[in-house]
Amino acid sequence: MSSNSFAYNEQSGGGEATELGQEATSTISPSGAFGLFSSDMKKNEDLKQMLESNKDSAKLDAMKRIVGMIAKGKNASELFPAVVKNVASKNIEIKKLVYVYLVRYAEEQQDLALLSISTFQRALKDPNQLIRASALRVLSSIRVPIIVPIMMLAIKEASADLSPYVRKNAAHAIQKLYSLDPEQKEMLIEIIEKLLKDKSTLVAGSVVMAFEEVCPDRIDLIHKNYRKLCNLLVDVEEWGQVVIIHMLTRYARTQFVSPWRQVDSLPAEPQGKPKNTGMGSLSLLQRIFPIYMSSRNYVSFLGDVLEDNEKDFYDSDEEQKEKADKRKRPYAMDPDHRLLIRNTKPLLQSRNAAVVMAVAQLYWHIAPKSEAGIISKSLVRLLRSSREVQYIVLQNIATMSIQRKGMFEPYLKSFYVRSTDATMIKILKLEILTNLANEANISTLLREFQTYVKSQDKQFAAATIQTIGRCATSITEVSDTCLNGLVCLLSNRDEIVVAESVVVIKKLLQMQPMQHGEIIKHMAKLLDSITVPVARASILWLIGENCERVPKIAPDVLRKTAKSFTSEDDLVKLQILNLGAKLYLTNSKQTKLLTQYILNLGKYDQNYDIRDRTRFIRQLIVPNEKSGALSKYAKKIFLAQKPAPLLESPFKDRDHFQLGTLSHTLNTKATGYLELSNWPEVAPDPSVRNVEVIELAKEWTPAGKAKKENPDKKFYSESEEEEDSSESSSDSESESGSESGEDEEDDRSGDSAEDSGESGSEPEAGKGRAATRSRARGRGDSKDVDKEKENSKTSESSSGESSSIEESSSDSESESESESESESRKVTKEKEKKTKQERNPLTKDVSLLDLDDFNLVSTPVALPTPALSPSLIADLEGLNLSATSSVISVSTPVFVPGKTHVLLHRMSGKGLAAHYFFPRQPCIFGDKMVSVQITLNNTTDQKIENIHVGGKKLPMGMQMHVFNPIESLEPAGSITVSMGIDFCDSTQTASFQL
Amino acid sequence: MLRGDARGRVPDWGGGHSGRSGRRRRRPCCRGDAGLSICRGFQTEKDSLRSLTVSTMIHSLFLINSSGDIFLEKHWKSVVSRSVCDYFFEAQERATEAENVPPVIPTPHHYLLSVYRHKIFFVAVIQTEVPPLFVIEFLHRVVDTFQDYFGVCSEPVIKDNVVVVYEVLEEMLDNGFPLATESNILKELIKPPTILRTVVNTITGSTNVGDQLPTGQLSVVPWRRTGVKYTNNEAYFDVIEEIDAIIDKSGSTITAEIQGVIDACVKLTGMPDLTLSFMNPRLLDDVSFHPCVRFKRWESERILSFIPPDGNFRLLSYHVSAQNLVAIPVYVKHNISFRDSSSLGRFEITVGPKQTMGKTIEGVTVTSQMPRGVLNMSLTPSQGTHTFDPVTKMLSWDVGKINPQKLPSLKGTMSLQAGASKPDENPTINLQFKIQQLAISGLKVNRLDMYGEKYKPFKGIKYMTKAGKFQVRT
Repeated sequence: MSSNSFAYNEQSGGGEATELGQEATSTISPSGAFGLFSSDMKKNEDLKQMLESNKDSAKLDAMKRIVGMIAKGKNASELFPAVVKNVASKNIEIKKLVYVYLVRYAEEQQDLALLSISTFQRALKDPNQLIRASALRVLSSIRVPIIVPIMMLAIKEASADLSPYVRKNAAHAIQKLYSLDPEQKEMLIEIIEKLLKDKSTLVAGSVVMAFEEVCPDRIDLIHKNYRKLCNLLVDVEEWGQVVIIHMLTRYARTQFVSPWRQVDSLPAEPQGKPKNTGMGSLSLLQRIFPIYMSSRNYVSFLGDVLEDNEKDFYDSDEEQKEKADKRKRPYAMDPDHRLLIRNTKPLLQSRNAAVVMAVAQLYWHIAPKSEAGIISKSLVRLLRSSREVQYIVLQNIATMSIQRKGMFEPYLKSFYVRSTDATMIKILKLEILTNLANEANISTLLREFQTYVKSQDKQFAAATIQTIGRCATSITEVSDTCLNGLVCLLSNRDEIVVAESVVVIKKLLQMQPMQHGEIIKHMAKLLDSITVPVARASILWLIGENCERVPKIAPDVLRKTAKSFTSEDDLVKLQILNLGAKLYLTNSKQTKLLTQYILNLGKYDQNYDIRDRTRFIRQLIVPNEKSGALSKYAKKIFLAQKPAPLLESPFKDRDHFQLGTLSHTLNTKATGYLELSNWPEVAPDPSVRNVEVIELAKEWTPAGKAKKENPDKKFYSESEEEEDSSESSSDSESESGSESGEDEEDDRSGDSAEDSGESGSEPEAGKGRAATRSRARGRGDSKDVDKEKENSKTSESSSGESSSIEESSSDSESESESESESESRKVTKEKEKKTKQERNPLTKDVSLLDLDDFNLVSTPVALPTPALSPSLIADLEGLNLSATSSVISVSTPVFVPGKTHVLLHRMSGKGLAAHYFFPRQPCIFGDKMVSVQITLNNTTDQKIENIHVGGKKLPMGMQMHVFNPIESLEPAGSITVSMGIDFCDSTQTASFQL
Repeated sequence: MLRGDARGRVPDWGGGHSGRSGRRRRRPCCRGDAGLSICRGFQTEKDSLRSLTVSTMIHSLFLINSSGDIFLEKHWKSVVSRSVCDYFFEAQERATEAENVPPVIPTPHHYLLSVYRHKIFFVAVIQTEVPPLFVIEFLHRVVDTFQDYFGVCSEPVIKDNVVVVYEVLEEMLDNGFPLATESNILKELIKPPTILRTVVNTITGSTNVGDQLPTGQLSVVPWRRTGVKYTNNEAYFDVIEEIDAIIDKSGSTITAEIQGVIDACVKLTGMPDLTLSFMNPRLLDDVSFHPCVRFKRWESERILSFIPPDGNFRLLSYHVSAQNLVAIPVYVKHNISFRDSSSLGRFEITVGPKQTMGKTIEGVTVTSQMPRGVLNMSLTPSQGTHTFDPVTKMLSWDVGKINPQKLPSLKGTMSLQAGASKPDENPTINLQFKIQQLAISGLKVNRLDMYGEKYKPFKGIKYMTKAGKFQVRT
C-alpha cells in the first residue's frame, strides 16, 4: 500500500486529498454503504487519471488496484473506457491485468469491448507463442456474440498453429465459443476432429475436454485416435489424464464386449441349437488341426467354404463361442481393450487423487473382475490425504464394497475410526465396516463398535447402533449377541443412544417374531423416562404389535399415554392411536373406554393427520350402523403380519452411477451427467480403430485375402485367431508398428520440445508425412534442409549414403522406413518376401520398444557432453536400441534422438562435407537459441583452410551465433563445432554460406 | 438471518444486486438464475437458460474466512453472483464444526465443492457433472501454490498479494480447466514476490510477469524449468515416516501402519538425472510418485530414476506392507477415573519409551479431548507445560524429550460438573512425537547417483520418524 500511495501522490499532485481518499477506503468497510459509495466514486476518478497518464508505473498501480476491487467483488465497470485503452500497452504486466479486467467486464460493455478486438487480432499473429496463446485466450473469453466469426477464424488458425501450446489454447477456446454460440457446433466438431489427431501430449487432454463438452456422443471421432490416446496417456498432464480416462471408460463400454460375460450374461443368453452344417466340422477341424489353420492354403480353402455357408457360420460361431465360454477359453479380450487396461495401470501410482480415482473407476467398470482387485490398495492409500479426498474416496469404496466384499477385506483395519476424524468421515467408515462384516470378522468388529458406541460424538454413536442392527440382520450367528448388546444399551445414560437402540431393537424384533416378551417389558418401562419421540413411537408400536404377548402391560401403557396424549409429539400420538385401536380389538373389555377417550382427544387435535387417523380408526373399529363390511376385518387389518423392514446400506443403489462422478457423490443425476452404457452384446467392428497406415498394410496381405473379403469382419469381431493367423499377425504387426510409430513420434516431439524452436515444426512435419506419403518426406525434417542449401542439391542423391547412418542410428526413422519399404513392395512384387523378412525383425524391435515405451518416453534428454561427435552418438544410440531389445528393463540414462542431416555434400563442397544435427540441449549461447552441431569432414587429400560462416541470410528477428573460424582441417580429419540459432519459435530457414 | 448484517458485509456491486438482500431472501426458487439475468440485463432469457446447459469445469472460486466473509472471488466464465454462497453458509451453520461442512453441496443450479485449509474455505462453483476429486485436488493444488508463493497461506497474505493471486489463478485455470499447475512453470510465468523484487519493480518499472513461454511447458520434463544454475549444487532427501496407530485400553495395538514420504530439496544446475536406490525396497508395499519418476524403472529394478524439479518437492509417498510388525516406540500408562458420587475425578498419565532402537524421543505432545462434564483440571506435570481450555475441553501437554531414567508424568484431579452423571467414556489420548535419524520401518537409502551433468553434487539424506494419527484409547 505504501508504494501505491507513493506513486499515486507523485502522479496526481494533490497529495492531501488523495491520501484522505485512500484512508477512507481502507477503513470503509465498517462504515455505512453511503460512505463507501461516495469514496468509491472519488477513487475511481483518481484511477481514471492514473490510467490516462503516460507513466507505466502509474498505470500499473491503477490496474493493480482495479484488480483488487474485482477480487473483492466490487464493481469497477465504469472504468471500462479508461482501461480498455491500455490493452495495447507495451508493458506486459499492464497488458495481463487489462486482460483480466476485460474478461470480467466485456460482457457488460459489449460495444466498448469491441475496441480491443483488433489488438488481439494483431497479437494472434505475434511470433511469440505465449503472446499468440494469451491473445486467443482472452479473445475467446470475451463473451460478446458479435465477435463469434472472428473467434471462429482465430480458433481455426490456432488449431493449425505450429506451437502445441497455442493448439492447446485453441482446444480450450472451442468450449468457450460453443457456450457462447452453440450454432457453431458443426464447425467446432470439425476442429475437434482435427485436433484429436494431434500427437502432442499437451493438446490431448484439452481437446478431449472439448470433445466431452461439445459432442460427447460423436464416439466415431475417437475410433481412429483411440490407440494413440491410450499410448499417450502416461505422458499427458494429470488433469488431462482424468478427462481422457473418463472418456475412454465410456468409449470402452460401447465398443467392447463385457469381460464379465461368463459370469453375468450367460444364463440370459438363449442356448443356440446346434446347426450342423459344414461349419460344425470346421470347428472340429479347428480343434484338431490348429497348426494347419494358420497356413495360407488352408485359409483360402476356408474362404471358399465360408462364402457358401456364411449365415450358418455366424450362427455356429456364436454358439461355438458360447460353448467356448463355458469351457477353458473363457473369452478373448479385444487387444484394444487390453491396451487401455494395461496403459492405465501405472497411473494408479499417481500423486493426484483424481487420477487414481479415475483409474479405479475405469478398472471397476471395464476390467475383468479378477483384475479389479489391484485398485483397492491405491484407494486405501488415498485415505491418508485430506478430509475432502477421504470423503469422496470413502463414498466410492462404500459402493464398491457392497458388490465385491473381497476387494477391501484385507484392508479392514484401515477403516477403523479415529476420534479425530470428522463425523461424516466416521459415518462413511462405519458404512464400509458394515459392508465388510462377515462371520469371520464380526466379533472383532463388534468389539470395535463397542468403543464407538461410547464415543462423545453422539451422532456417530447413534450411527454405530444402526450399524450393529444391520450386522445383526445380515449375520444370523451374531443376531442374538447384537440384540443383547443393544438391550444393554437401553440402560445407557445418553438419551440419543437409548432412543436409537430402541428403534433398532424394534426393527430386529419385527424381523424375528420369536418370544421376546422380556425385552418388550423392559422397553415398556423405558417409556417413563425416555423422551425422544421416535423412540417412544417405536416402543408403542412394538407393544401394540405384541399386545397379546404382554396382556397385562399393554393396557397400562395405554392408560399412561392417554394421560399424556396432548403433550406428545405427533409421531407418538399416531402410535398411541394405533395402540388404542389394537388393544380395543384384542382386549376391548379393559381398554374400550380408554380408547374412546383417546379417539375423542384425537378428534380435536390440531394436526389434520391425527384427526384423519382418528376418524378412520373410529369408523373401522367402533361398530355402528354405518360401518359396513369392513369393520369385520378390522382385526385382520390392524394385526396383520407385517413384513420386516430391510436394513440396507444407503449406498445400495448408487452403483448405477459411474463411480467417481459428482452424480455418484450426490446420488442424484447431476446436470450433464453422461450415462455409462451397458456392454454391447456383440462388439462393434474393431477395425474402425485401425489407423490408415494399417489399412495400407492390409492391401498387401497376399493370397486368400480377396476371397475372404466377406467373412472378414466377422472374423475380427469374434476373434477367431487361428483361422486368420496370417491376417491377424500382419495386422498386429502393422498395428504395433503404427503404435510405436506414434510413440516415437511422441518421443521425438517431446524431446525436441527442449529447444522450443524445433518443437513446433517437428510434429507438423510428421503430420505432413502421414498425409502426403511421398518418398522424399521420409526425411521429414530435412524439408528445411532442402530449402536451406541452394548450393547443395545433393540431398536427393546423397540420400542413399545418409540413409545408412539413419538406419543404424535412429529408431525414430523406422516408421518412414517401413513405409517406404512397403511402397517399394508395391512396385516390385519380387521383393515382397524380402521386405517381409526385413519387416519382421523390425516389428520385433518395435514391439519390444512398445513394451518398454515408458522408459523411452521419459528417458532424459540430457547429453553426456556437448562436444560429442555424432558418430559416437549414433553408436550410443545403437547401443541403446540393442539394449532395449535384448533386456527390456534397462533404460539407459542417455538417449539422444539425434538425426544427422547433410548440410553440405562432399561433392558440392569440393571435398568438404558437413553434417548437422540438433543435439536437443539448451544452447550455450543464449536460452532462445537452438544449438546445432556441425561435423565437418575433410574428404580430400589436402588441407582445407579457413572454414568460417560467410554470408548470412536471416529472416527478421532470427539470430545466429556462428562458430569460430577453423584455421585448417587435416585430410580425412573431422571436427565438430556448435552454433546457436534463434529460430523464433518457428520453422523459418536459416541460410548461410560456409 | 442476523448473521448477514452482523458480518457487516459490503454491498455487492459486482453481482448487480447486493449480497445483503440476497442473504435475506432465504430461498427464492431460482436464485442463481435471478443473479445471472440481472447482471446481464440485456440478454434474453433463452441466453441465460443456455448458459446453464453449457458447462465448464470450475466456474468460479470464492475464498471465505472462518467468520463467513467472502474476501476474494474469481470467475473464469460469466459472473456467478456471490449469493450462491448462501447455501454454503447454511451448510456451515448446520455443521457445528468447520470440518463437518460437507465438501460437496448441491444448490438448485450449481454445485459447491469446497476445501478447508488454513482456516479458509476455498469454494469452487461448478455447474455440471465433473469428477469431484478433480476439483478438490485442484483446490488443494491452489492452496499449495499459494503456500509456495507466499510462504504462508492466510487471509491477510492473500489480501496483500491479491494481484499476484489473481495472476496465478488466471494461469492455473483457463475456462475452468487446469492449465499450468506445476509450481516450476508457474514461477516462470509469474515470479513470486520477494522484498527485493518489489523494490526493484517500483524503481525500474519491471514486472512480475514473464514474457516467454516457460520452456518446460513444452518439453518432456514439464516439471523442471530450464537454465537452472547454482554455485553450490546440493540434493537433500528427507525420509519421513509416520506411524498411524490405535492402541487400546490395555496397551495392545489394534491397528498400526507406517506411511512414509521422501521429500526432496534439489538445487542442481542443468538437467541432472538422478537415481536413488534402496537397501531394502521390498519393504515398500504401495507407492505413489511425483510425475518425474520413471515408473517402468521402478517396476523392473526397484530404483527411483528421475529428473528432479527444481526446489522442494515430494518425490515419493509409500506405505509399508502390513506383514511387517510395526514397532511402537512409546507407551502411555494412564489412570483416568470418574466417580459417580464425588465431583472429582482422578487423572494420571505417564509416557515412556518402548522400541526406540536406542534413539531419543523428542517433541512429545499429548492432547486429549475431555468429556463435556469436566469443568476444570488441576494438574502438575513432572516436566513440560500443560494447558486446559475449559471452553473446548481440550487438554494439551507439551512434554518435550523423554528421559528414560525419569519418565514424564502428568497427575492431578478433574473437577466435574456437580450433579451431572459421570461420562461413559474415558477420553482418547492423541500423541505426537519425533525420533530423529530413524526410519522406523528400517528403510535405508542405498545410494544416490547423478548422470547427465559433470559436477559433483553435495548429497544428504535425513531420516525421521513421527507420530501420524497416534491414538491411545483409555
